Amino acid sequence: MNDDLLALKADTDAALAAAEDLRAWDAVRVGVLGKNGTLTQQLKELGKVSPEQRRERGAALNRLKDELASAIDARRAALEAAALDAQLAAERMDVTLPPRPVVPGLVHPISRTIEEMAAIFGAMGFGIAEGPDVEDDWRNFGALNIPAHHSAREDMDTFYLPGTDAQGRRRVLRTHTSPVQVRTMTSQEPPLRVIVPGRTYRADHDATHSPMFHQVEGLAIDRNLTLGHLKGCLIDFLRAFFGISNLPVRFRSSYFPFTEPSMEVDIGWNRKTGELGGGGDWLEILGSGMVHAKVLANCGIDPREWQGFAFGMGIERVTMLKHGIPDLRPFYESDIRWLRHYGFNPLAPAMLHEGL
Amino acid sequence: MKFSLSWLKTHLDTDASLQTITDTLTTIGLELEGVEDRGAALAAFRVAHVVEAVQHPNADRLRACKVDTGNGIVSVVCGAPNARTGMKAVFAPPGSFIPGTGITLKVGEIRGVQSAGMLLSAREMGLGNDHDGIVDLPADAPVGVSYPAWAGLDDPIIDISVTPNRGDALAVRGVARDLAAAGLGTLKPFAPTPVPAAFPSPLQWAITMREACPWVLGRTVRGVRNGASPQWLQDRLLSIGLRPINALVDITNFFTIDLGRPLHVFDAGKVTGSTLTFRPGAGETFRALNGKDYTARPQDCVIADAAGVQSLAGVIGGEATGCDEATTSVFIECALFDPVHVALTGRHHQIISDARQRFERGIDPALLPDAVEAATRLIQELCGGEASEVVSAGAQPAWRRRASLRFARLRDFGGLDVPADAAVGTLERLGFRCVERSPVSVTVEVPSWRNDVAAASPLEPADTLPPERMRKAAEGRNAIEPEADLVEEVLRMRGLDAVPPVSMPAIAPVPPPTLTPRQARSALARRTLAAQGLAECVTFSFMAGSDAALFGDTPDALRLSNPIAADLDQMRPTPVATLARAAQRNATRGWPDVSLFEIGPAYRPDGQLLVAAGLRAGSTPRNWAVAAVDFGAMDAKADVWALLTALGVPLDALTTTPDAPGFYHPGRSGTVRQGPKTVLATFGALHPRVLAALDLAGPAVAFEVYLDAIQDPKRRRKSAPDLPAFQPVRRDFAFVAASSVPAEAVLKAARGAERSLITGVSLFDVYEGNKVGPGLKSLAIEVVFQPREHTLTDAEIEAACAKVVAAVAKATGATLRG
Repeated sequence: MNDDLLALKADTDAALAAAEDLRAWDAVRVGVLGKNGTLTQQLKELGKVSPEQRRERGAALNRLKDELASAIDARRAALEAAALDAQLAAERMDVTLPPRPVVPGLVHPISRTIEEMAAIFGAMGFGIAEGPDVEDDWRNFGALNIPAHHSAREDMDTFYLPGTDAQGRRRVLRTHTSPVQVRTMTSQEPPLRVIVPGRTYRADHDATHSPMFHQVEGLAIDRNLTLGHLKGCLIDFLRAFFGISNLPVRFRSSYFPFTEPSMEVDIGWNRKTGELGGGGDWLEILGSGMVHAKVLANCGIDPREWQGFAFGMGIERVTMLKHGIPDLRPFYESDIRWLRHYGFNPLAPAMLHEGL
Repeated sequence: MKFSLSWLKTHLDTDASLQTITDTLTTIGLELEGVEDRGAALAAFRVAHVVEAVQHPNADRLRACKVDTGNGIVSVVCGAPNARTGMKAVFAPPGSFIPGTGITLKVGEIRGVQSAGMLLSAREMGLGNDHDGIVDLPADAPVGVSYPAWAGLDDPIIDISVTPNRGDALAVRGVARDLAAAGLGTLKPFAPTPVPAAFPSPLQWAITMREACPWVLGRTVRGVRNGASPQWLQDRLLSIGLRPINALVDITNFFTIDLGRPLHVFDAGKVTGSTLTFRPGAGETFRALNGKDYTARPQDCVIADAAGVQSLAGVIGGEATGCDEATTSVFIECALFDPVHVALTGRHHQIISDARQRFERGIDPALLPDAVEAATRLIQELCGGEASEVVSAGAQPAWRRRASLRFARLRDFGGLDVPADAAVGTLERLGFRCVERSPVSVTVEVPSWRNDVAAASPLEPADTLPPERMRKAAEGRNAIEPEADLVEEVLRMRGLDAVPPVSMPAIAPVPPPTLTPRQARSALARRTLAAQGLAECVTFSFMAGSDAALFGDTPDALRLSNPIAADLDQMRPTPVATLARAAQRNATRGWPDVSLFEIGPAYRPDGQLLVAAGLRAGSTPRNWAVAAVDFGAMDAKADVWALLTALGVPLDALTTTPDAPGFYHPGRSGTVRQGPKTVLATFGALHPRVLAALDLAGPAVAFEVYLDAIQDPKRRRKSAPDLPAFQPVRRDFAFVAASSVPAEAVLKAARGAERSLITGVSLFDVYEGNKVGPGLKSLAIEVVFQPREHTLTDAEIEAACAKVVAAVAKATGATLRG
């Protein structure tokens, strides 16, 4: 390569190295490769060279052009990379900053328990029945074999509303979910399998009683359901609900007006630690029995043809036991701190296939 | 119901352990409440003889004793000042635990003298606070025997809860009968021999209120000496918490517990006239044995003599004719009362007595003659005297009933296969008498004390179902109920744990949906609102009437007749009301920013509505990136929109009008309707007056969505998706309209300008101010034109835009902003 070309290359390399930004770089590029660039001038002047020399000089110029073009491109890439680095460095943020707050919503533990009950009893073929909170005293008492003089009807237990309904019956706030048994049996043909979760009311207010609370009722009527099925159904439920596959369950004879035979159901626990399962102590958890022949007959079902069982349990009670919630009253207080502590993620509903 | 083990054993011949007895009680439905066994902690202690007690050689305050324990003589160092030679004392051997001090004894040496045991004070045994010295037993106390056994402290007290159907188990004898039937021994016979009549009774019975008192027996015993009861009777009553009064009264209390047969004794000398009459009360006031005055109502059955009311029949006796130490002639009352009358009288006068408790459950109607004889005998035994003839009024009511059991029903209804002989044996031990037996069934006569078995109480049938169906059902009940009673008895005696559990038969390999569409909607609503950042609450259905009135009508029909508290007397008109109180409570606790919701009932005189209600109070959280923003009505509307979207309600078809309920800010609230009538929701800022009344600082916004008003989503296949091949064209328009023009009208008009072409209209700016002039506002919307056949030409776009402008102008009077 001739000296002039070597000089051109050296000058260009120096100029590129000195170009600190894209504007300076572009000046170098135009100065060399532009329409009036130094190299472009050389190429234009090639025609003045003798044909013998032209070939050699042309080849040299083209080589130089390639070299310079790639040097210019390389410098551009380097400058762009440096510029990007500088920009990124300038854009650095404090990643420890708290993100935009999202206030999480929650599902109340009572709703959660009802969902779980629906899932478990649903798997056993039960549907969900509902009824109003304001009931008549026939559905709440009379039809369920609780006669007019029964102590459960006393003012001290039952909330009354003034007046009577269209049939002349007194209006009460239902004291249990059992009137929905009556509604179900008088409106549907057996076989029946329903659970009834819902609000119930009793005139009682202290550390362990609330004037409003929740119960779940169960009713199964078929041609040959026995007390054995009642036991199996409840054992299956309790073990699934509490997630203890060998939960001890005990059945004791008892009395309720609307079932016969009646039994109370205990689960095994440790009285000292509150832990469910072992421990050797028993905790009463629900009442149950075979539906009383009078209740069936009051609802127009012939007990010679149909038989079945019913049960009822307190939703708050099993919720407290399952989650170790010590006190009943906060369930209705809506204290946001309590709700956040015991509430459930709405996007993880109770589903058997995902686990309860 | 409390009784001691020894009392039980006066009726039950058994060698069963206490544990077996108490476990069995729970199993057979006489649930154990507790056992008090004072003797258990004292079992190691023995009666001992202090052979010698001398001054300790090395300690002024101690005595060195030689003690005969009945098992050899040991040396004991004792600090009690009353330890003396020759006394009888209670000895604790080494290794025994001293309840009063919590120490387990060891053989030791105290200042050079061996001490191999301890002489005990009452306090050291946990039997009171007496610590003046060691227990000084009578000289005849037998050396070497168990101290608690000698002192009668080894008799455990058993406490059971008796269900309302088992009046017969409110008697020691009734409990013994059940235990015997369950296989824990045999029931001892009870057949008091009659006491011959020595004279005609000077007092007679009369009944003018047969419905309350069908039958009564009485007898005079004269020449009695009343005084303190003997120790055994006092101990027996004291052991179950009854205070001994005098022998005559104690005898009545004894039979109340022993036989479940309450008795009353009149001091015959205090009765005026010669007739005691069961009659309705007539407003008379009398003083009862508890020292309180009661006024008898016409529905109360009283016992009256010529001077007036002397007793509330079956509930409580009167002071005026009561027996005391001066009584020399006593008249025994042994009556049968109607359970309902006794219950209502006791309830009205708020008297809880052992007599009432038994009469209101019903007592054995056949026991009266035997009970009179047994009572007469015990009176004569304790107080002497001679007995008159037995006088009576009324008659023994018919009580004989039969019940049949098909043995197969034990398996097919009770779930337990019980051999026929075993089943019959159980029934017979319970007192049922077999009157007919075949290979497949048995018919028994129900014992007089079991008024709960085969009781033909009236039905209360539904009045809305066909009479023929009800008649058949009633027949079925007559056939089945007595049999179910017997199944229960046979199972009860075996324990229900004996019944093998059987899982529910599947109704389908895969169960059908558990929830109805309406129920599933509630569940979805709950998850949606929680996902919106609202915390679910469960608040009371009733609230203070004054609070409720802020949120809607408070009709008398929804005010409780007997509220438990003045601030819980009115059924709430909307869950928003109780949520507002919840927000206020949170604010008081220092948490003013809460977003709450509840899915629950709102009450109306004609029924209840299921409402998804929410309330947001305060502001969004403070944060460096986004400033805290006070909640506004649009936040509540956004919650409503999110919920309705989730529930499948097409939002395009809804209208929002500013006519919301009065608890909202009148200018910042709305009602959402589907069609002209169906109200789906309300939302808005709460009225400042409501906030002030609730002492809620605000801002606070709320919403209600009426879940019952939402139609079930139609289950149909989705249509093919609209996926045009051409790019949409977006154009912005700024309209100037009167301030009163609803944005919704502008959006709807634009949307409808060219239905086939316009697929979206959105509002992106609202401006009111100087630049548009007073009474006007600017609404900026983006319209999306979606071509389907070809890319739109400029002319076509122009034409479509012109239609938008014209449609909006026509509908609202708005003009394009210049």
